[in-house]
Parts: sequence; structure tokens; C-alpha cells
Amino acid sequence: MLYREAGQFKSTYGEDQQIFPIRQDRVAIAMLLVVAFVVIPLFANQYWLSAILTPFLIFALAALGLNILTGYAGQLSLGTAAFMAVGAFMTYNFVLRMPWLGILPSFILAGLCAAAVGIVFGLPSLRIKGFYLAVATLACQFFVLWAIQRIGWFTNNSPSGVITAQAVGILGYAFDTPARKYLLTLAIVTVMALLAKNLMRSETGRAFMAVRDMDVAASVIGIPMMKTKLLAFAISSFYCGVAGALYAYTYLGTVEPEAFTLDLSFRILFMIIIGGVGSILGSFLGAGFIILMPILLSVVFGAVSHATGVQVSHAVLSNLELMIFGGLIIFFLIVEPHGLARLWQIAKEKLRLWPFPH
Amino acid sequence: MNVAFFFEVLIGGLLSGVMYSLVALGFVLIYKASGVFNFAQGAMVFFAALTFVSLLERGVNFWLALLITLAVMVLLGISIEKVVLRPLVNQPQITLFMATIGLTFVLEGLSQLLWGSQPHGLDLGIKDVPMEWLADSTGMFISQFDLFASGIAAVLVATLSLFFQYTRIGRALRAVADDHQAAQAVGIPLKHIWAIVWAVAGFVALVAGLMWGARNGVQFALTFIALKALPVLILGGFESVLGAIVGGLIIGASEKLAEVYIGPMVGGGIESWFAYVIALLFLLVRPQGLFGEKIIDRV
Repeated sequence: MLYREAGQFKSTYGEDQQIFPIRQDRVAIAMLLVVAFVVIPLFANQYWLSAILTPFLIFALAALGLNILTGYAGQLSLGTAAFMAVGAFMTYNFVLRMPWLGILPSFILAGLCAAAVGIVFGLPSLRIKGFYLAVATLACQFFVLWAIQRIGWFTNNSPSGVITAQAVGILGYAFDTPARKYLLTLAIVTVMALLAKNLMRSETGRAFMAVRDMDVAASVIGIPMMKTKLLAFAISSFYCGVAGALYAYTYLGTVEPEAFTLDLSFRILFMIIIGGVGSILGSFLGAGFIILMPILLSVVFGAVSHATGVQVSHAVLSNLELMIFGGLIIFFLIVEPHGLARLWQIAKEKLRLWPFPH
Repeated sequence: MNVAFFFEVLIGGLLSGVMYSLVALGFVLIYKASGVFNFAQGAMVFFAALTFVSLLERGVNFWLALLITLAVMVLLGISIEKVVLRPLVNQPQITLFMATIGLTFVLEGLSQLLWGSQPHGLDLGIKDVPMEWLADSTGMFISQFDLFASGIAAVLVATLSLFFQYTRIGRALRAVADDHQAAQAVGIPLKHIWAIVWAVAGFVALVAGLMWGARNGVQFALTFIALKALPVLILGGFESVLGAIVGGLIIGASEKLAEVYIGPMVGGGIESWFAYVIALLFLLVRPQGLFGEKIIDRV
């Protein structure tokens, strides 16, 4: 009753082509943004802001990047964390060596560096696909981390490889409190998510999907294979690079190359599998799920051990977490390959008919 | 350049390459028969080694422990096939691949949950020391354990090829690998064959786990070593047992040589990625690997 497009007539092409064609969607998004930009910074406490919401946004951005590559263009990558590392360490160098540049241009330039790395390691995708490509992207993962650890320039010759992110400020306004860092992250993520949403509806996005669904057919109808695949790698790594920069600058503060291991790549891959492959919304849902899952688990086990008196050790908990993650992946792949985003879509379909399904 | 030293590095590399091949074999078996790229093979190796060593430490007799672990691995393989892959039949390969990544996490969590996460030593009775007579006569230091491991690998490969070549099940396996539908049409039960393949892969994982465990200790890092089997597969081709062996030898040798001769120029530690880069460059030239079947896409 509340959610249906009946009675909303479109009289211009512009109205027909807008990102959210249904009024209720627009209202919901606007409300979500108001909550995210105004209500949360006012009311959320420091723990929530700096330990849950900020990483959630950053991981969502990284998952979005991977989703563009894997979900839309159909190229599986296990090198996400490496692209993030490029973003983080290049931002550090841009800010260090060209302080007049400002933080936002540094983020963008670092993202472009990640995109360049992405193009280089995307080159094999022209000849191979599927898990062959996945293995090829592993090369990227190991090579980039090695380069960052071994080449002193990246870490400004820090002996341990640890870098400390410089203070973040735009035009003299310092982003130093958790709330301000959260707002900066949120602003960047919002803009980039909107861009991605639009990009995927454009010719580029459609070309990606055509390549994903059947590359031979796509090239027959005139989609340039090389340009499309490399562009997918570039855009995806750009997103991951910016996510990595935010990971260092608004979340961790101090980072070492070991923060960007294969484990992180897998974690982000899991986000898009659980959230929904080939869905912008799915990236956010998946990131939220993966962030909240361990917290939920520890709460549940805390309650269980409180109620029964059985102590669950930390090691057991982390192993259980591994198993539950893995189990969920298999479960989602078998039962709902399109992830949480698909569940949300089904809910919307149901909602349109509710409460009179005839 | 010191010739004896060169050969020492080369042979050492070849022998450690055999260790990679041991892991790669498990991948090839499953890929051939069911088209699943089993990322969890590394976790299976870890699980097998950890189960075996934990049984030993609980005072179980060596052979009994071997038997129990073998039974566990076979059961594990069969149940993986039943629970995870049966419902995913006919899905795109990439979905199956991601499912096995999930499986990797389940197995890693499970094995550490059951047996704890502290590293164990495993002693098979063969010391990882250079052979003295060889060192005396030629000046090369070759570990006798590596030689032993390659002997085991040779026996394993010979057994597998005999099994494939001369037994009824082996012939059925090859038929399935050639063409699923044709195999089913002549009455080969696909489900049984897949279960058997997974069981055999479990067995191969056990052998690889014992070798690696004895060499490096049974610890979580074993799962990373298994990642090294991936470039081996790319080089050798996913469908070929011979490819797994040759690929392993090439990767092992070139990796060690590169570490010794190129490593110092760029700061060392290139062993972590060199294999992948070789594989990557190789892919650009010959995507199907040395012995793989040619990938043909026609419009």
C-alpha cells in the first residue's frame, strides 16, 4: 500500500531516466542520507562511529569497487587488498611529498595510481578468464605487498614498514574527531556510490554486463573487449584505492603493509557474495553483514556463556567465526546466489502488492 | 659462478618443486573429473596433517593414526562432494570456485577448533639434513628429506597412473574426465565417480600434508604453501597430472634460482611472488598451460 509506483506518471525523459524512478525510493534515500549525515553524528557514540560505522563505509566502498569488476564485468579478482594498499601508501606519499596538493586531490591521485596498477594486472584478463584470472590476480596481491615492504620509498624508509597517516584537513578545517572523520568518509562514499550507480546504468555499465554475460557475443555486437575489460579493472581499482586511502586516513591512522593481506581480499569478496554480486546496494548490505557478524557472535556467545556458565575462549570464537563465514558463503551460493540484495528486491516486490495481493 | 653451487640450488629447487606438485596433484584430480577448481585443497592438506599429528600426540600408533586420518579424509572428501558441490552442479565454474573458497574457511576453522591452533612438529624418521656422501663427493648439499619426498611423489604418481590406467574405476574416472555426458550415457554413475575422486583427493592431501608437515611443521602457514600450487597448475595446465609434476619442477627450480641470483639485486624475499609472475607471463603466451587442453572459443 505504501510502496508502489501506481499513479506516478512520467511526462519527460528526464523523469523516466532518473536514478530512483519511484517516489518512495527517493524519499527513503533522502531520509537515509539525512539520518547518516545529521542524526548519526549527533547521537552516535565514539565507539560506534570509529569502530563500526567508519569501517563499514570504507569496506562498502571497497566491496563496491570489487563488485564493479566481479559483479558487473564478471572478472574475478583476489587482489582487492593490494589495490587498497596502493591507495593507502600512495596517498601517504602524495601528502608527504606534495603537501600543497591537499588531501582530496591526494586521494584521487592515489586512486588513479591504483587504477594504473589495476590496468597492468588486468592485462592477462584479455587472454584468460574465470579462476585462471583469479590466480593471476593473486600475483598482484603478493607482488604489490612485496614491493611496498621492500622499496623504502613507499614507506618513506620506515624501518618497520609502518606509516602514520598525516592529519586530515580541508581548507584549514581539521577532520580530527571520530564524528568528523565519519562525515568525511560518508561524503566521499556517498558521492562515489552515486557515481557508480549512474555509471552502471550508462553505456559503460551495460558494456560491462554484456562482457560478463557472454564475452564472445559482446564482442560480436561491437563492444571493444580490451577497452571494456581494462576499464573495468581501472574503475574497480580506483574505488579500491580510494577505499584503501580512507582505510589508512580515517579509520586506522597507522598502517603497515601486513594490513592488506590476502585475508582482506577474501573478506571483501565475501561481502559481495553475501551482499549480492552485481548490485550497488549489495555491497553495502554485505559490508554491514560482515562487520556486524563478529560483534553479533561475541554478543551471542557472551550471553550463552553467561547463561550456562561455559566459558568460550577467544580462539574458539575466532575459529567458529571462520567456519560460520565459510558456511554462509556456501549457503548463499547454493540457496541465494544473488545475496541479500536479492532478498531485499523480493521484499520490495511483495511490498508492492501488500496488503491486497490481487 | 660456482657450478656446484648452481647445481645445488637447481636440485634443491627441483626437489622442493616436487613438494608443490604433491599439492597440485590434488587440484588436478578434482578438476579433471568434475571441473571444480578446488581452492580448499590447501585447507584439506592442513586438515589432514593436523589430524594425523594430533592423533600421534595422543599416543596413537603411527600406522593406526595413518589409517584413521585416511578414513577421515575419505569421509571428508565424500561429504564435501555431497553437501557442497552436489547442490551446485551445473553452476558456472566461478561459482564453484567461490564455494570452495568458503569451504577453505570452514576447514581451517574446523581443524583448529578440533585440534587447537598451536604449531606441531612432525617426525617421519627422515632428517632434513644434507646427504654426507654427496656433499663429500661433489660438494653439493642436498637434503635427504627432499629426496625422500620426491621418491614418495614418484610412487604416488605411479600408483595413481596405474589406478587410472588399469582399474575399472580408473577407466570410469577417465571417461568422466573426457566427457561427462557421454560417460553418463554409457552407464557410468557420475555421482559415485565424483565421490571417489574427492576421496582420492583426500588421500593425496594426506600424503602432501605429511610431507609438508614433516618439513615445515604442522601449522597454519601450510594453507599458504598450498597457494603456491596455483602457479604450478597454471604453468602445467589444470587437466594434466604430468603438467602438475613438470610445472612443479619448473616453478621450484626457477623460484630458488631467482631467489639466489636475482634476489640480492632487488632486496630479497622475491620467493613470495616470483612463481606467480612466471605463471602470469606464461599465461600471456600460452593460456592453457604446458599440457592443458586448448581453450577454444568460437563464435
